[in-house]
Amino acid sequence: MKSEHLYNYILGIADNSLILGQRLGELCGHGPSLETDIAGTNISLDLIGQTRSYYQYAAKISGENKTEDDIAFLRLERHYKNVLLVEQPNTHFGYVIGRQYLFDVFHLLLLKELQSSKDETLAAIAKKGIKEVSYHKRFSGDWVKRLGDGTPQSAAKMQEAIHDLWPYTQELFDMTDADTAMALEGVGVDVSKLKKAYYKEVTDLFELATLEVPQSTYFSRGGKKGVHSEHMGYLLADLQYMQRTYPNMQW
Amino acid sequence: MDNNWPLWEIFVRSKNGLEHRHFGSLHAADEEMALENARDVYTRRNEGVSIWVVKSSNITASNPENNGELFEPAQDKVYRHPTFYKLPDQVKHM
Repeated sequence: MKSEHLYNYILGIADNSLILGQRLGELCGHGPSLETDIAGTNISLDLIGQTRSYYQYAAKISGENKTEDDIAFLRLERHYKNVLLVEQPNTHFGYVIGRQYLFDVFHLLLLKELQSSKDETLAAIAKKGIKEVSYHKRFSGDWVKRLGDGTPQSAAKMQEAIHDLWPYTQELFDMTDADTAMALEGVGVDVSKLKKAYYKEVTDLFELATLEVPQSTYFSRGGKKGVHSEHMGYLLADLQYMQRTYPNMQW
Repeated sequence: MDNNWPLWEIFVRSKNGLEHRHFGSLHAADEEMALENARDVYTRRNEGVSIWVVKSSNITASNPENNGELFEPAQDKVYRHPTFYKLPDQVKHM
């Protein structure tokens, strides 16, 4: 393999998009209104499209005759590197929006840095993704404001979601071995440096939305190392079912 | 579905230089949400370069009951079409 670190680095980014895309895909046909249903599905498809570009690149450099489908569907839970935040369930619309916004802010900061990667393929994927993710953030941010500054019921639900999801935010800025190695080479992004801008942007918006910024001092982490929450197994069962039941099936 | 959001009419311009055309309608809480919803519902297959949204309640429509007096008198007035002019051969595209 050309570089094990590069391979792991690509998966570290791509798995977040795959798992969040899958979560949003679960809502297809179940959104609270036709309009928000389509919006969620559009975002899901954007994320899965980005995932495909990353996986195709990862498969190419793996040197093992792998395909993007092998990477997406045939890994064990411990081999997925997504953060815990994106695998959290669609408890209610407040959670869907809260999870999306907390990830979108990070995602956009990441891609803006990644577009100047020394790796041309990664830079190109990032550049293309920026427009999509800018819209994702606009959509989710607008909804955080609407719900937070809406009726007492919508504010309570949005606050509940933010409160429950907040402990998953710090993991976004943990550096894995692959992150450190790739950042040193100018290929990857030092995500720990995005932390300040992230929390500033998020808390500013919460203030606009009249939401309280959670004061939690406990933060969950582990997804990046393959240690996932209990929700992940169910999600993967859904995601991998077809490929496991009918090996090598084609769409 | 019980939906308290007002209805909006969506107009999309598919190319620069063409006019906005009525694409359909959707529900949204305000104009900003109407624009975002229109983007997601009507332009996801690359249909547009510009969107207008208009609250349906702001549109004044003719009443179908009045179609007789409004439109039927025009039916037998063929002379209002410019089809009786002799066009010179040199004029090709009219």
